[in-house]
This record gives sequence, C-alpha cells and structure tokens, in this order.
Amino acid sequence: MMSSIQKRAEYRSLFRHNVRGRLIIDKIAMGIVLACVVIAIIPLGSILVEVFKNGLAAISIEFLTQVPGAIGTGQGGIGPAIQGTLIIIGMSSLIGIPIGVMSGIFLSEFGNNKLGRTVRFFNDVFMEFPSIVLGIFAFLTIVLLLGHFSLWAGAFALSLIMFPIVARTTEESLKLVPLTYREAGLALGLRQWVVTFRIVLSAAKNGMITGILLAVARISGETAPLIMTVLGSSQFFAGFDSPMDALPLRIWRLSLLPYDSAQLQGWGAACVLIMIILAINIGVRYYFATKSSSRGKLFYRIMGGKKQ
Amino acid sequence: MLLTNKKSRISADKIFKITATVAGVYVLAIIVLIVFQLYSESHLVWEHEGLGFITGSEWNAVEGREAFGAAPYIAGTLATAGLAMAMGVPISIGIAMFISQAPKFIANPLAIVIDLLAAVPSIIYGFWGLLVFRDFLLYNIEYPLYDTFGQTIWLFSSAPFGLDIFSASIILAIMIIPTISAVSREIMIAVPHMQKEAAYMLGATKWEMFRLAIFPYAKTGLIGAAILGLGRAVGETMAVTMLIGNATGPNAFPQTLFQPGQTMSSIIANEFIEASPASLHLPALIGIGFTLLLVAIAINIVAHLLVSRMLKVKEGVINT
Repeated sequence: MMSSIQKRAEYRSLFRHNVRGRLIIDKIAMGIVLACVVIAIIPLGSILVEVFKNGLAAISIEFLTQVPGAIGTGQGGIGPAIQGTLIIIGMSSLIGIPIGVMSGIFLSEFGNNKLGRTVRFFNDVFMEFPSIVLGIFAFLTIVLLLGHFSLWAGAFALSLIMFPIVARTTEESLKLVPLTYREAGLALGLRQWVVTFRIVLSAAKNGMITGILLAVARISGETAPLIMTVLGSSQFFAGFDSPMDALPLRIWRLSLLPYDSAQLQGWGAACVLIMIILAINIGVRYYFATKSSSRGKLFYRIMGGKKQ
Repeated sequence: MLLTNKKSRISADKIFKITATVAGVYVLAIIVLIVFQLYSESHLVWEHEGLGFITGSEWNAVEGREAFGAAPYIAGTLATAGLAMAMGVPISIGIAMFISQAPKFIANPLAIVIDLLAAVPSIIYGFWGLLVFRDFLLYNIEYPLYDTFGQTIWLFSSAPFGLDIFSASIILAIMIIPTISAVSREIMIAVPHMQKEAAYMLGATKWEMFRLAIFPYAKTGLIGAAILGLGRAVGETMAVTMLIGNATGPNAFPQTLFQPGQTMSSIIANEFIEASPASLHLPALIGIGFTLLLVAIAINIVAHLLVSRMLKVKEGVINT
C-alpha cells in the first residue's frame, strides 16, 4: 500500500515535470508563430505607409495629366502612363476575357474527361509561368513580325497572364451553379448554349466578376512583359501600332534616374498604381466578405493556392 | 418543321461545344508555341556555344568576341531563390498554422492582409526596396554582420553595398510568403478533423497536435506549397532586377551574400531592349528565357502534382 502511494506521488511529480516542459514548448511555438505573422505584415505596412506618405505629396492635377518633362527637372507628370495603363488593361481584357470565359465553360461543362483534366492541369501550370517569358513570346510573335513595338504586343502578353485566371475562376463559379438549373433549362427545350449563357452564366456572374477583376488587378502591375512589348514613351496615345507608356514602366524608368525629383515622381506613380490595384482587391474582398457563406467559400477556393 | 428545328439545334450546340473546346485547348497550343518559339529563336546560341551556354561564365556581346555563358545567372537564380525559400517557407508555415487555428474573426482578415502582399506589384516592391528597405538593411543588418563576421565567415566577407544577393533574396522571401502560406493553410485545413481530435484526446498541446497530427499528414502538400513558392521565386523579375546589383560575366557568380549578382530573369530585363536581333546577343537572352521557362515548368508541374494529390485526399475524406 505504502509503495503504491509513494509511486503515485512519484508519477505525479514526473507528470507535472513533463507537462510543464511541454507547456513551455507549446508557448514558445505559439510565440514563434505569432512572430511569423508580425514579420510578414511589417513589409506590407511599410510599403503602404511609404507609398502614400511620399506619393500623395507628388500628386497634383498637373502631375496626373501632363506628359513627363525633361529628365531631372521634376517637371511634368505621368499622364501618358495612366492613359497607357488604362488602354492596355482594356485591350488585354478584350482578348483575354472571352477566351478565359469560354475556356472556363469548357472546363466546367465539357471538362469531365481526359482532355479537360489535361487542360485544367496545364492551365494551372501556365498561371505560374514567369511573366518575362510571356513578354519574350509576345516580342517574338508580334514585335519582330510587325517590326515595331506596339500596344498590341503588350496587350497580347498581358492577355496571356489574364486568361488562365479568368478560366479557372469561371470554372469554379460555374461548378457552384446547381445541376438542377441546367436540367430545368434543358427540360424546357432550350438549347445547351442558351442554357449556359442565359441561365448558368448569369447565376455564376458574381464569381466570374471576381475572377475578372482580380485578373485585371494582377495585370495592371505587370512590368516585365511590357519592357519588351510596349517599350515606353513620353507621349500620349498615338495609335495601337506604336509604343506607349504604362505606370509600371514609368516607375521602372524613374527608379533608374539618380535625381530626387525623379524619386518623388516615382512615388507618385507608385501611389496611383497601388491605389488602382488596392481599390480592386479590397473592393472585391469586401464584397465577398459581406456575402453569404457559400460565396465566401468560393472566394477562398479561388484564392487558396492561386496567385492573383 | 420540327425536323429542321432539331437539326439546327444540334448544329448550334455543336458550334458552341467546339468553340468552348478550342478556347480550352488554346492554353495547350500557347504552351507548345512558346516552347517552340523560344527554342527556335535561340538555337543559334545553342549551336554557337553548345553546352557551354549552360556551364560557361563569359558574357560578351561585342562583335567578334562574342561569348555567352549563362552559368552565373543560373547560379544567381538558384542562390536567391534558395535563400528566399530558407527565409520564406518557415514564416509562411507559421502564418498558415496561425490562420488555421485562430478564431474566424482574426483568421479571415489576416488571410486577406497576407493576400494583399501578393497583390502589391513586383515593381513597387522593387521601388520600395531600392529607396527604403535598402538603407534599413544596409545599416541595421548588413554592416553589423560584416563587422562581426566579415573576417571569419566567407558568406559575409565582402563589403556590403545594399544591392546584392542578400537584399534580393529578402524581397523574394516577402513576395513568396502569400503563395506558400495560402496553399499551406488550405492543406492544413484539409487534414481530417479526426486526426486532430485524436491528438487532442491523447492530451497533446496545440504544438504537439501540429507535430503529431498535421505535419505528418500534410507533409507532401506542404512540400508542394514550398515548391510552388520556389516556382514563383525563380520567375520573379522586377524587384530582383532592381535590388540584385546587376553584375555580369564571371563576377556575377554568387560568392558571398553581400556581392552583386544577376538572375536569369534580371539579365533579360536589363539587356533585352539593347540587344541587337542581328547578333547573338538576342538569341542568347532568349536562350536564357528558354532555360528559365523549362526550370519553371518543371518546378510547377512537380508542385501542382504534390498539392493536388493532397487536396484530392481531402475530397475523398469528405465524401466517405
């Protein structure tokens, strides 16, 4: 009897010792995890603070509308860059969205076979292609062929970044539309394409718009493919066949100049660019955060693992 | 009347199906076309240099003395991406651990904030890195490291300048965090609840639950997530170009952390516009692009296979 009481006390102290150690390790792990979160947020905070602090000082009506002045003077603005970015976004959307939506329809409506799985897989792999390689491709296929740098080449390069994102988000949103919707349409004697376009697409509208907007946000910051396609320019729009400026390109050029005034203009351009991108991103996220849970799930499925 | 109606119905749907299929196959066609184009436009340099293009380190575009060796840039890419992984992967997994465990009202906004890190364009990382981060790094981390270890450890033995492999790697690490942490989070959530409950029932603490239940189960997926981040780090261009210091030739071989280097993507961004299509310079840059593409494709295929296998397990669990 005695021995068992002693043994129990011994076990108890062993247990306490053991638990204390384990709890300390648990606390340390929690601390490290929290530190990871903080470390990741600091750069984002710093970027936002610096861009808005320095950028807002540079922004004026003149800055937003004028052509760039002589190098180093700090005169002029980023008018052509803003115009160019908007035009390039519009043109790439014109090429990229129809292909992306049709491809998404293929994946969700006809993609339940080997070809569909292959396309889905390579679509995901294509999404991670280095964008500079797509720039080289557009350079070889369009710039070399036509003999000059052009908006077309840039828009083509960016549409290649855009369509896989649109395709996958379209597919995910179409899959959420209940099968009964399609059956109801077909039972009424509607053709399949009518059912798809009129019923399924309109039911999946929200998810698709999210995908399209995120794709737009993604391409509006792309720089590398633009270096070798639209080249950059300091003039306003001069036709689709000529070089054009874009905000990321302007920031890149300004960053290469050693003048304080160029830096200030660079911050201004960065501020405009990040405002466009954050407005789209936060807008989309806020919209989906306030939506019903199923939409929220769709959103996380789209975002999870996908670079946007 | 009925018959013609039926006929036209079939044909309209056929056209619809064919259009959709063409759009779907577009991605395959583009991939084949890209590989073919990049190879055929760079075959001149492969002929001229042979395997030396991969192993050589001379880089000279002057006519008559042309020499193109991409080894320093390949090494630079591997060094920066590897360092970025070493810093980014643990942090990302920590974030994923936090988000998968935290209550919804903290986890959801935090996930969005981390995703915003991915929304910031590369060029803005570069600009910020050049004007803000470089100074911070130079005076608070690089000089102290150089002063203390410069004599003894070769990694820190060159005088820091702020535009070097080290700073490029840190920027890369920041840029791959959202990718890796988003995928890791999905994968940790996909681990069946029973596994976690079993660990808790054995009296495990939270950390032990991760160690016993989640990590062994999610290992493949987490490795896939990390490789996905690697794929992103390898292809990242602008921020790296602005921070790596842009050395060329044998000097670009990464020897110490505080030495300027060059990656495959940065040399393309730096020299593509100046390269003359008539000489070997342009084919050489395209050849580097081709190499980069093959590396990126290989990395991404492996990553997607690992990740999708893991998430398929999740679907099976839900269905049974």
